[in-house]
Amino acid sequence: MAHSAIAPAPLSPPAVLKLPIRAILPWAAFFGLLMLVLLYFVGAEQGATSLLPGAGVHEWVHDGRHLLGFPCH
Amino acid sequence: MNSLTVRALLVRGMLAGVAAGLLAFGLAYLIGEPGMNAGIAYEDAHTHEHGMELVSRALQSTAGLATAVLVFGTAVGGITALAFCFALGRIGRFGARATAALVAAGAFATVYLVPFLKYPANPPGANDPATIGKRTTLYFLMIALTVLLALAAVLLGRRLAGRWGNWNATLAAATAFLVMIAVAMAFLPAVNETPKDFPATALWQFRLASLGIQALLWSTFGAVFGYLAERVLEPKPATDAVPANAERTAAAAH
Ligand SMILES: [Zn+2]
Repeated sequence: MAHSAIAPAPLSPPAVLKLPIRAILPWAAFFGLLMLVLLYFVGAEQGATSLLPGAGVHEWVHDGRHLLGFPCH
Repeated sequence: MNSLTVRALLVRGMLAGVAAGLLAFGLAYLIGEPGMNAGIAYEDAHTHEHGMELVSRALQSTAGLATAVLVFGTAVGGITALAFCFALGRIGRFGARATAALVAAGAFATVYLVPFLKYPANPPGANDPATIGKRTTLYFLMIALTVLLALAAVLLGRRLAGRWGNWNATLAAATAFLVMIAVAMAFLPAVNETPKDFPATALWQFRLASLGIQALLWSTFGAVFGYLAERVLEPKPATDAVPANAERTAAAAH
């Protein structure tokens, strides 16, 4: 393109934004862990391991556990 | 400021996960429950003990299923949004939407599809309840291994891209990933517990349903999150809704 001669710099496609790692890490550490705990309760609690007594959690999420692909019983 | 962007993306990831979970729940109820019921019917016909029912089937197949799929959608939505924050601008020249689609596809493949190929979803009655410990360990091990190998492949691709170009580097990294996965699958023990007289059609349809539910969840997440992330990261609309002063600046530049 002849018009691109007007552009100030030769790098014509705009640089993609990068989020600094240290801005992501605190969120990833805290919320990442929280999300993993949620996944544990959906996918595994009261199966191979139990944090809570009984089988209420297992029974409640039972169909989802099977259908989402987790081993259930 | 960047921290606020991460928070905004995390929240949108969870919202997109809720939307994806809602659709996935609908599909799970429609095509997943018949397989669940077939498995339970087989179980009832083959076991003599009838344990006390804590949660009725009616609740398990509706509110229980919805809870599980929505919590799953929200949680994987949040985690995938965080992975998106790391990936943005670091896996090639992709904008917000394309990065969201790639990260969602990668998450679907590593968290569900590849582990499913080794340890597929099973309806009730298709496994020995006594082996739940072993099966749980193997399944989560397979997920962890797949995610780690995928991350290693991405890093390898980035390293090779400078010398070989993006296309060849991506092919090489994908090949390395597939070889390592094949080796892992060959060495991890198989789980083949399904009784000989378990209805094969029910098993096959249950697994297809599981695959469909997860595929719908992840593709919906990718599309919705891509749209929301783009609005966070690229707030200025690129086409017809350009503000008047921006048009004037553009005109002055020519
Ligand atoms: Zn079960």
